[in-house]
Amino acid sequence: MKVIYTDSLVIGGGLAGLRVAIASMQRGYDTIVLSLIPAKRSHSAAAQGGMQASLGACIKGDGDDEDIHFADTVKGSDWGCDQDVARMFVNTSPKAIRQLAAWGVPWSRVRAGDREVVINGEKVTITEKAEAHGLISARDFGGTKKWRTCFTSDGAGHTMLYAMDNKAIQMGIPVHERKEALALIHDDGICYGAIVRDLITGELMAYVAKATTIATGGYGRLYSVTTNAVISEGIGNAIALETGIAPLGNMEAVQFHPTAIVPVGILTTEGCRGDGGLLLDRDGYRFMPDYEPDKKELASRDVVSRRMTEHMREGKGVPSRYGDHLWLDIRLLGRKHIEKNLREVKEICEYFLGIDPVEELIPVRPTQHYSMGGVRTRATGESPALKGLFSAGEAACWDMHGFNRLGGNSVAETVVAGMIVGEYVADYCAANPLNISTTTIEHFMRQEEKKITDLLLRNHGENPFQLKAEMQKIMMDKVGIFRNGPDLEQAVEELKSLNQRARNIALRNRISSSNPELVEAIRVPKMIKLAQCVAYGALLRTESRGAHAREDYPERNDKDWLKRTLATWKEGSDLPDISYEELDVMKMEMPPGSRGYGVDNIVHHPDTKKRISQIETVREANPGADRFEMQELLNPITIPEKFKGKNERIGRGFK
Amino acid sequence: MSDNERVLKFQVFRYNPQKKSDKPRMVTYEVTEAPGMTVFIALNEIREQQDPSLQFDFVCRAGICGSCAMVINGQPTLACRTLTSKYESGEIKLLPLPGFELIGDLSVNTGKFMRAMSERVESWIHDIHADQVDYNKLEERMDPDVADQIYELERCVECGCCVSACATKRMRPDFLSAVGFMRLARFALDPRDKRTDEEFYEIMGDDDGVFGCMTLLGCEDYCPKDLPHQTQIAYLRRKMVLVK
Repeated sequence: MKVIYTDSLVIGGGLAGLRVAIASMQRGYDTIVLSLIPAKRSHSAAAQGGMQASLGACIKGDGDDEDIHFADTVKGSDWGCDQDVARMFVNTSPKAIRQLAAWGVPWSRVRAGDREVVINGEKVTITEKAEAHGLISARDFGGTKKWRTCFTSDGAGHTMLYAMDNKAIQMGIPVHERKEALALIHDDGICYGAIVRDLITGELMAYVAKATTIATGGYGRLYSVTTNAVISEGIGNAIALETGIAPLGNMEAVQFHPTAIVPVGILTTEGCRGDGGLLLDRDGYRFMPDYEPDKKELASRDVVSRRMTEHMREGKGVPSRYGDHLWLDIRLLGRKHIEKNLREVKEICEYFLGIDPVEELIPVRPTQHYSMGGVRTRATGESPALKGLFSAGEAACWDMHGFNRLGGNSVAETVVAGMIVGEYVADYCAANPLNISTTTIEHFMRQEEKKITDLLLRNHGENPFQLKAEMQKIMMDKVGIFRNGPDLEQAVEELKSLNQRARNIALRNRISSSNPELVEAIRVPKMIKLAQCVAYGALLRTESRGAHAREDYPERNDKDWLKRTLATWKEGSDLPDISYEELDVMKMEMPPGSRGYGVDNIVHHPDTKKRISQIETVREANPGADRFEMQELLNPITIPEKFKGKNERIGRGFK
Repeated sequence: MSDNERVLKFQVFRYNPQKKSDKPRMVTYEVTEAPGMTVFIALNEIREQQDPSLQFDFVCRAGICGSCAMVINGQPTLACRTLTSKYESGEIKLLPLPGFELIGDLSVNTGKFMRAMSERVESWIHDIHADQVDYNKLEERMDPDVADQIYELERCVECGCCVSACATKRMRPDFLSAVGFMRLARFALDPRDKRTDEEFYEIMGDDDGVFGCMTLLGCEDYCPKDLPHQTQIAYLRRKMVLVK
């Protein structure tokens, strides 16, 4: 049995995983990153748009700060997020972006003087301040009060990932590529690493570690049409679920992005609309102002996606052989802007649609995009149930996104969570010895060996590719943008039967080394379990919140549903166990209210009024308190010492 | 998009070094073309319906991550964004990218090569103060044009097309190749990187470096991101000639 020991094992080599690895290495702990692919190819690279941080350097970001970013994030989440975590996040994001600037990201910078931009379909001249020249600039994104999304032309995620991986290489952090974690090793409520398969040789190894971090990204590939990379299959979530101990949080919270191209589902960035692009219907009519007079195309993603779907249901979609779609119009931005700040979009249009978006309209429709749910963690990133198991980034339900994530907040989360969780991982490594019996390791190794042997020996059975396609279709048709009881019930039943069929997969290519069919056979049963968590959670949640929109329960019901869904899986069971964790209104810095966009339809929580008046009392009692003291009074958070400093802004200092 | 269905003939290189008895060979698969079909879509269909053992690499399938470079009808390029409609004859020949260790069939180990390249050129900001930066304070300013220029050179996705299209690399196994030169040019341009020309010379001032390039410029011809390889190699050469 091959066993590799380390202090900090990180599963996933995207932005979040690499940042956790850097943190634990900086603190002197032996660290190994496992990745399915070379780290620089991780899905983080696909984030074209940018990263939200309230630097407030560009003129349209003037006056921005952590408080405004916090409010946008909480509203965006439809009050489903953990406000402690959202606070930690907004306070740390400016530091994260500045650190990345020092590590090499060529962020686009403010250029003093006049420039022409498109706002609400009109060309407008704005004037950047001379004193801001050369500082990190920002663009507009949906659901934000200020221009806050920092970017690198059209390649924010790419440049961030390259800087991060380069930093990891500089520090000598080993990335073990083409390795897949199949199961977590755990005993008596403590996680000790993972059983890992080499995707080339097929060899099974045990990576034994003090701390194990899951940073494997989202589970978009549960759906047949998604913007996500082909590796975003949620396997990190699944191995946590299969411990039977670690809960997954809010798995039903799945975001659909308004503008992926038809039919292949490749994303065109929110920057298209942020920079002034419009949505048009079959008549060339700009319909969003009719639905959302205030934010128009720039309401949050869940809202825009639903409005688009509503409009298509009214017969205003553009018919095509792949079903109805709408148009994204960026022609008004002009060639120069598109070729510089939206070049990736232009390339995608040219290569996949054969059109030039400078001259032509882009066919788009809402497409699965982001997984708000994931491995439930505390604010430290550690699982509340399985000690030594951490998670960060999209894979985690750290819970700063609640039921809807804002554009620009995901790459920001990966890095910020990487920084914060990385410190707690290092603390854990410092505080805990590694005591594990080889019998435990062998037990998990045997289990995985047996699963693979069974697959290789079975003569007749199900085809894993087919099972996956069936699952993806169910999710797309019945657990999509709009949901309802009867469809969800059917989805739950159908997935249950897929789960049973998935126990009987047989292979045509029966070799244990490099074998894509075997990989599929190992993953598909895991993916079906995740799909069951999403569908079942969605069925039980009889309200609409953020991206979870129930046609039969259109109101956001704070009274009964201001809570986080937790899913665990008992071995041998054919449905997840669902329980709930209450969100405490009396501890909220920002009590539930209206988002200011979307349909305002709320059943209020009895504590909301109480908390509002309590906050009022605190404010009156502390007339001299500045915003930092006020936050301390209303939402005291624990954050690693090194991230406690205040952030400087131009023209404002540290205020 | 045309509605006329045609049957595409894919000739695919097959060889699995993990299987002792296996021998390199070409295998033909037929696929009915669909509108908007890419090599990515076709290969997945072959794997799912005809041969589940077929190995290839895709990640983003949107031309962003650089995973899927292969030789398509004699030319190295990204398979994910290659439309099958481009090939009038309907015959498409796929070979793995040369110049890299073969994993199996169309899958090659670009990751190993690129990590070694990054280590060799020390692909990071060299500044002893980078880790002591006070991130609470305003970031160091950068000229907006310089930031844009650095990004222009950082758009490389490490797909390996330039390496496979390089004749010098065939003759000199340790040749740094265009991907390495582009990375060096990117850091040489960056005011945050404090390396001197002499230090860059130590990395690339020999025949396995920028002086070995025969200027055949396959890199320039085949770069899927249209990076300015010719200009940058010329720039680095001039810079290196002036050292000492």
